[in-house]
Amino acid sequence: MPKPHLYLLAALLAAFGLSYYSDRLDPYYLDVLTGIGINIILAVSLNLVNGYTGQFSLGHAGFMSVGAYLSAGVTLFLGPRLLGEDGGTAVTQGVLFFFALVAGGLGAALAGLLVGVPSLRLKGDYLALVTLGFGEIIRVIFQNVEFLGGALGLNGIPAYTTIFWVLAFGALAVFTVTCLVNSTYGRGFLATKDDEIAAEAVGLNTTRYKIVAFVVGAFFAGAAGGLYGHFKMTITPTGFDFTKSIEIVVMVILGGMGNTLGVILAAILLTLLPEVLRPIAEYRMILYSFLLIVLMISRPQGLFNFKFGRAKS
Amino acid sequence: MTEFLQQLLNGLSLGAIYALIALGYTMVYGVLRFINFAHSDVFMVGSFIGYYVGHHVPENTVWGGLVVLFVAMAGCALLGMIIERLAYRPLRGAATLNVLITAIGVSLLLEYSGQVFFGATPRTFPSVFPSTNFTLGTLVISSNQVVVIAVATLLMVVLELIVFRTKIGTAMRAVSLNPKAAQLVGVNIDVVISFTFGLGSALAAAGGVLYALNYPSIDPLMGVMPGLKAFVAAVLGGIGNIPGAALGGLLLGTVETFVNGSQWSTYKDAIAFAILIIILLFRPAGLLGKASVEKV
Repeated sequence: MPKPHLYLLAALLAAFGLSYYSDRLDPYYLDVLTGIGINIILAVSLNLVNGYTGQFSLGHAGFMSVGAYLSAGVTLFLGPRLLGEDGGTAVTQGVLFFFALVAGGLGAALAGLLVGVPSLRLKGDYLALVTLGFGEIIRVIFQNVEFLGGALGLNGIPAYTTIFWVLAFGALAVFTVTCLVNSTYGRGFLATKDDEIAAEAVGLNTTRYKIVAFVVGAFFAGAAGGLYGHFKMTITPTGFDFTKSIEIVVMVILGGMGNTLGVILAAILLTLLPEVLRPIAEYRMILYSFLLIVLMISRPQGLFNFKFGRAKS
Repeated sequence: MTEFLQQLLNGLSLGAIYALIALGYTMVYGVLRFINFAHSDVFMVGSFIGYYVGHHVPENTVWGGLVVLFVAMAGCALLGMIIERLAYRPLRGAATLNVLITAIGVSLLLEYSGQVFFGATPRTFPSVFPSTNFTLGTLVISSNQVVVIAVATLLMVVLELIVFRTKIGTAMRAVSLNPKAAQLVGVNIDVVISFTFGLGSALAAAGGVLYALNYPSIDPLMGVMPGLKAFVAAVLGGIGNIPGAALGGLLLGTVETFVNGSQWSTYKDAIAFAILIIILLFRPAGLLGKASVEKV
C-alpha cells in the first residue's frame, strides 16, 4: 500500500459524505450498515491477534463489554454534567462521544494488558481457554455490579452512534492494523506466528509482540463496544458472552487468518447472512451453523484466502 | 458441621455429573488433541432423549429409570459417532483451529436444531427414578443423589475396566500416546476414534439424564455452562488423564456448591473459570497430568 494515510483520509471523507446523506437512506439499511461496520472493527482487530500473531483468543467479547460499559458510563454519568441540562449541541455531543469511545478503548486496552501479561505464556488451546475464562469472568463481574445495572444491564444510553463514527473507526482500525503489520517492527508479528522459536533465536521479543497485538486488538474491541452500546442504546452482560466471541472468531477464520481484506469481506457476509435468511427465521441459525461446518471442511484456508501457504502442522 | 456435610454431599453429586461429562472431553482430547465443543450439546441431547423416553416408562421405578438411562446413552453414543464421522473425520490432520471452529459449528447446529425441534421453552423432566429422602441424623440425602453417585461411580469403574482391561482400551491408549506408531502396529485408528466418541458421548448422555434428575428443567441451551465447567474439570485434573477428569469434576462440583452456599453465590460461574486460569498458569499439566517437555 503506497500511501496509507491518503487512504485513511479518503475513507474518513467518504464516511463524512455518506453520513451527510444518511437521512435519505432507508433506516433498515442504515442499521444493517452500522452492524456491518461494528463487526468489521471487531473482526479486523481480532485478526491482528488471531491471524497475524497466531495467538488464539476467545475473549474478544469481554474486551468489547469493557469498552461498551466504560463509554456508556462516560456519556451517561459524565455527559449531563459536561453538556448541561439542554444536552449540548451536535458538535459538543460528538466531541463527548469521541472521548467516550477513546476512554472505552483505553479501558479495554488496559484489560487486555492485564489479561495478556499472565496468559500469553500459554499456547494454542490453553490460551483459547484462558481468554475464554477471562471473558466469562468479566461478564460475571458486570452482572454483579449494581451500579452498572447488574444482570439487567444499562438502559437509556444516548443514540450517538452514527454511520460516520462507525465508518471512521472502521477505517482507523483497518489503517492501524495494516500499517502496524506492514511496518518493519510489525514483521515481528508474522515471525511470532510462523515460528516462535526461530523468532526468538533472531532476537525478537515474542512475548512483547503478543502483548502489543493483544492490547491494540483490545483497544479497537473496546471502541467497537462503545459504538455498539450507543447504537443499541441498551447493553446487558449476557450480550457479550462467549457466543459473541465465537461469532468474531468465525469471521476471522472464514476471512482467512491474517488477511485483512478477506476478514472485512467475511464480516460483511456474516452480518448480511442472518438478515438475508430472515424469511426462514426458525431455520436460519441451523443453516448458519451448517454452512460453518461445510465451509471449514471444504475451504479450511478461509473463504477469501487465495494464497496457498505451506501446510501448518 | 451438618451443614458442611450436607453441602459436601450436594457438591459430590454435582461433581459426579461434571466428572461424567469431563471424561468425554478428556478421552477425545487424548486421542485427537482438540476440544470437542459439541460435547456439551451431546449432553443436552442425552437429557432430551431421557425426557421423551421417560414419558413411556412407568414413573418412579428403578428399572424405568435404568431404561431411560440406557436408551439415552445408546442414542448419544450413536450421535457422537455420527458427528465424528461426518464433521471431524474429513478434517483429520487439519490445523487445530479449523477443527475447533468445526466443533463450535457442530455445537451451534445441535443447539439451534434443539430449539427448533424440542422448542426453546424449558421442559420439566419426569421423575423416572423413585424419589424419597433419607435422613441420617440431621443429614438429608435424596434418593436422586444416591442414584447420581451410584451410577456415576459404576460408569467410571466400567470405563476404567474398558480402558485398562480390554483390547480396544489398549488401542485407545496406544492412539493417545502416538497415533502414527499405533497405526504402524496395526491399530485401526478410525475404529478407535469412533469408539472413543461413542464412549464419551454415552457418558455425557448419562450425565445429562442424571443432571436433569437433580435440576429437572431442561432446555436446548442447558448444556453450555455444565459443558464449559466440565471442560474446566478435565483441565483441572490434567487433560487426557481419565482419573484426573474424575478428580477434577468432583473437586469443581464441591467448590462450586460451597461458593453457592456462601455470600458470594452470584459469583459461582466465575469461580470455575478463576480455577481454570490459576491452574493453567501455575500447573498447566493439571493436578494429575505429567508435565511434557517441549522439543525444539
